Amino acid sequence: MLRKNTTPGKLIIVEGIDGSGKSTQIDLLYKWLQSQGHSVYFSEWNSSALVKSTTKRAKKSKLFTPTTFSLLQCTDFADRWENRIFPMLKAGVIVLADRYAFTAFGRDVARGVDKEWVRNLYSFALQPDIALYFRVPLEIAVERITSARATLKYYEAGMDLNLSESRIESFQLFQERILNEYDNMVNEFNLTVIDGTLTVQAQQRLVREIVKQELVGWKGLPAPEGSPFKFVGPEISAGKGGA
Amino acid sequence: MPDPEFFGAGFPYREIGDLPGKLIVLEGSDGVGRSTQTQLLRMWLEDEGFAVSDTGLRRSEMTQKGIEEARKGHTLGRITMSLFYAADFADRLENQIIPALQAGFIVLSDRYLYSIMARDIVRGADPDWARKVYGFALKPDMVLYLKANVTDLVSRLIHGRGINYWESGMDIHAANNLYDSFIEYQSKLIALFDQYAEEYDFVTVDAGRPVMKVFADLQDHIRDLLEDQQPIIEEDF
Repeated sequence: MLRKNTTPGKLIIVEGIDGSGKSTQIDLLYKWLQSQGHSVYFSEWNSSALVKSTTKRAKKSKLFTPTTFSLLQCTDFADRWENRIFPMLKAGVIVLADRYAFTAFGRDVARGVDKEWVRNLYSFALQPDIALYFRVPLEIAVERITSARATLKYYEAGMDLNLSESRIESFQLFQERILNEYDNMVNEFNLTVIDGTLTVQAQQRLVREIVKQELVGWKGLPAPEGSPFKFVGPEISAGKGGA
Repeated sequence: MPDPEFFGAGFPYREIGDLPGKLIVLEGSDGVGRSTQTQLLRMWLEDEGFAVSDTGLRRSEMTQKGIEEARKGHTLGRITMSLFYAADFADRLENQIIPALQAGFIVLSDRYLYSIMARDIVRGADPDWARKVYGFALKPDMVLYLKANVTDLVSRLIHGRGINYWESGMDIHAANNLYDSFIEYQSKLIALFDQYAEEYDFVTVDAGRPVMKVFADLQDHIRDLLEDQQPIIEEDF
């Protein structure tokens, strides 16, 4: 259970396994909301400049254990939460997040950490107003990822779990565990399931419909006329997503 | 040998097995003399023939640089800092402390999760949250609490290395000057340590005395703990 969002802002997040198409959908949503004149802020998983060098070093030297991986990703999230997401919500902005605490609940538990322990770590975060879960069958996600990339990275493929010598097979087994965790979270966290096998446009139509409903009668922070909302503040690097 | 005990779920993905070593923690305020005592204890124990490993906060290979960088900036949030320290702690526990205990070492830890939790809570963290974060942590065999009052600390620091920004809680603006801030911040920490001393069965040692007196007390307590592991007797020589 996460606490209810009582700020004037709206929090909309997307979740799903790698290759589910969620990033494409949130990017389209971001542009659409801006074009509607809303103040929108976008935050990506694993993108805090503060934690970046540590994560990089740990990945390179394969220093992570499931516990330290989980704690460091939560540190990254906390930095974005304290310096960006929460202040934005308080200001009445629509915050879009590509991956949220549920990614940790899925991946970290798939790596073997205690379920309740990782839920406590993120208990400072708020329940999103809309949590969209893009669900695709495992085979489709794996097909999308392996055809788009030459190689899978060590942690991305879950190689630290010693599930298989083969990266592709390890990736499949790892994603399967995560998929199970997501399915269990649908009721626990009230995730809205979107069929990720539909066409991009059909999915986007559904997404906009859900968001429109949520925004009926809502007035957030007005965007300055003529210019799309852009946050100005201390530098925060736009990292690349993924584990 | 009893199975290792954890504060919460521990490391469920890993078989820890027997830990023939001993984990001994020195806790207490900034400037109370922990690192001096740790050095003395190490020399003494090695002299007695024990293999000793020591560790302290922010010494993990993984997070050390990152935390130091973060402390220099001005954007380090309270929750972010708590979690960064927890990552440092977990890394040292899994990669240094537990392997050393498995190999039968005596591990001397200059501070443990109690110091980190206390600092987090003084900075406004939810105590229940902070406690659960450390559910992975191993319970030490003994916690030696070097207890001193604030006046002692001030005297030691002013005649020693000086009063610094973090040890005065200046980041939370406890007061508008370094001295008052130090007093207020350290008093709050001492109150929490006293509370933990009851709750977690610390062995309290009066640190407001000369170094060698304190050291002798610590030796007595550690001898009791190591009763079953007799030191090498050199009478034959």
